[in-house]
Amino acid sequence: MSLERAAWLFIAPALLALGLFFFLPVAGAFIMSLTDFDLYALSDRANLRFVGLRNYYTLLQDPLFWKALGNTFYFVVLGAPLSIGLSLVAALLVNSKLARFRALFRTIFFAPVVTTLVAVAVVWRYIFHARYGFLNFALAQIGVEPIDWMGDPRWAMPAIVILAVWKNFGYNMIILLAALQNIPEELYEAARIDGASAWQTFRHITVPGLGPVLLLVSILTMVGYFQLFAEPYVMTEGGPLQSTLSVLYFMYEEGFKWWSLGRASAVAFLLFILMFIVTLLQLRIGRREARA
Amino acid sequence: MITRRRTIGLLAGAAVGAAGCADLADRRKVVRFWAVGREGEMAAELVRDFEALHPHIRVDVQKLPWTAAHEKLLTAYAGGTLPDLCQLGNTWIAEFTAIDALEPLDHAAQASRVTALDDYFQGFVEANRIAGVLYGVPWYVDTRLLFYRRDLLREAGFAAPPETWDEWLRMLAAVKELVGPQRYAILLPLNEFEPLLVLALQQGEPLLRGDGEWGAFRSAGFRRALRFYNSMFERDLAPRMTNTQISNVWDEFGKGFFSFYISGPWNIAEFRRRLPPRLQDAWMTVPMPGPHGPGVSIAGGASLVIFRSSERKEEAWLLAEHLSQPDVQGRFYELTGDMPPRRTSWRAPVLAASSHARAFRIQLERVRSPPKVPEWERIANEMKLAAERVVQGVLSVDEAVRGLDRRTDQILEKRRWMLQRERAS
Repeated sequence: MSLERAAWLFIAPALLALGLFFFLPVAGAFIMSLTDFDLYALSDRANLRFVGLRNYYTLLQDPLFWKALGNTFYFVVLGAPLSIGLSLVAALLVNSKLARFRALFRTIFFAPVVTTLVAVAVVWRYIFHARYGFLNFALAQIGVEPIDWMGDPRWAMPAIVILAVWKNFGYNMIILLAALQNIPEELYEAARIDGASAWQTFRHITVPGLGPVLLLVSILTMVGYFQLFAEPYVMTEGGPLQSTLSVLYFMYEEGFKWWSLGRASAVAFLLFILMFIVTLLQLRIGRREARA
Repeated sequence: MITRRRTIGLLAGAAVGAAGCADLADRRKVVRFWAVGREGEMAAELVRDFEALHPHIRVDVQKLPWTAAHEKLLTAYAGGTLPDLCQLGNTWIAEFTAIDALEPLDHAAQASRVTALDDYFQGFVEANRIAGVLYGVPWYVDTRLLFYRRDLLREAGFAAPPETWDEWLRMLAAVKELVGPQRYAILLPLNEFEPLLVLALQQGEPLLRGDGEWGAFRSAGFRRALRFYNSMFERDLAPRMTNTQISNVWDEFGKGFFSFYISGPWNIAEFRRRLPPRLQDAWMTVPMPGPHGPGVSIAGGASLVIFRSSERKEEAWLLAEHLSQPDVQGRFYELTGDMPPRRTSWRAPVLAASSHARAFRIQLERVRSPPKVPEWERIANEMKLAAERVVQGVLSVDEAVRGLDRRTDQILEKRRWMLQRERAS
């Protein structure tokens, strides 16, 4: 047996599994996105029409889709940097030799990640409550007028961002913490001997040391945040005035609430293309940074 | 992981095998009955009596949660595993008829000595008829009407609740004056389409044109309903809020944050349980006021249906008959608080004694069904969103109804195509 054939044989199981459970369903979904598959088609295949790219065409003309897309971008642009920034700060804090009870804080910061969102949502709904909420109470102490977090279309998305960042920063913190502990101690010692300030140490040792991991974390966060769904689902049902409707939520409603599976598949593909482009951009930027 | 799962699988298989052996001795025919939510939990109790009366039948009751019932039923339909008898929400009948899953019941219902259809509230029997054919027997009924704070209304200077829209508005304004700027007169949650739907159904004009082919929200009637609905927000009688923002509707009702609330029978038990004793005499229910006198409301609730795919239709019908008997329905009310669909069943002492149920008894005679097309729920959702835009001041009433008709026409495109094809052949 030639070496090449042996190699193929070895990867055959993985390829088979991939083909069966990934490429085949994706191809199926793509074909479905070219039809008007719905409840009627489920009962009788004669009710299925091949519509070509019409699903895509009507979607791109649907103001609600654009609104969902805009909301999702808003969420990602606001939420992802905040989330990564907070993760980094938290990681630096629990990694600092000056801090006490580091294990305790590590656990506390990580706790939101492992809690169930639905249970947490009940608590957060009270925190955001316009009249009895803790957040408005705290803001009132510094003289801020009460904000109708869940009822005002301008504030609902920031509220969702706060919840999502709180829920997720612990996960990235753990990854960044591991990376921080991998930066050789000698570098910091050398910097100290050279008389570098704390900021200089951070800028020229910590950040480059974290480089690849930061890129990974930012890609993971971005991809995750583009798939915003559960937070608006449990907090606002996409409202008020659809200001928290995300692309994924839009897809869920099309597909599983209204059974327009053709349209829902088209949404899935558009989201896939979008995330693909964004990730490519990120990788390119990351590579340029690494070279610089 | 895999091995562990396989072990569990084997164990489960063994358990099923053992159960199978037991079934060999048990020669009874099995009727599979799916019920949803709390009704599912309580159905088991009613079924036990049925099994005692019919020794040759065993009933296998499955409980579905409300949130997943619709998906589960459609999945079962796609997979060919639908049960024999099932509890189905009235608004889903059209949908399951469209996919040809339901067995017509006219014949059985007419031949039966138990299900005398003229004993049922007419609006709910109608809700189960699609194009003249009966597909379900009402099991329990549900409609929306006004819950109100008697004490606050009296304080505002009114001894009796409203019967017409004008009276209603006057009372709302007086209550609002009484409670001040921080509180409101009525709660119309922006994430519920039912309150607006009730007002729209009261107009008597159809909400869809043709054979449910086009939207008719531009009609004068719907505009009137939407304008009235909106005026309650414009005049600050209702807060621009959703239910999730309120957090606890019962508590806020008790605090007088709002004095009127359009809701259904399940809230009778909730208010009794959650309001403090000193407020128990302070609240009451009243039939919906209409534009010019007592108004109609929605024909909601759930029915018993038999699926076409069933091989035990006769036995399933026997069970449906059993559950339709007035004394069984009285029992059912005691267990669940679900209101019976038959006038005779309402003579049960518990129901006759409940002062809060009385308004429902009156309202049940005056109900109308929303349009019976499978797409209705989606259209109702669009209606809710359009109304929210009007209430939030984004759209005018005229713009909203035009947009709503456009959306509705888009949603019904497939239905029109299918109807055309049907007519052509």
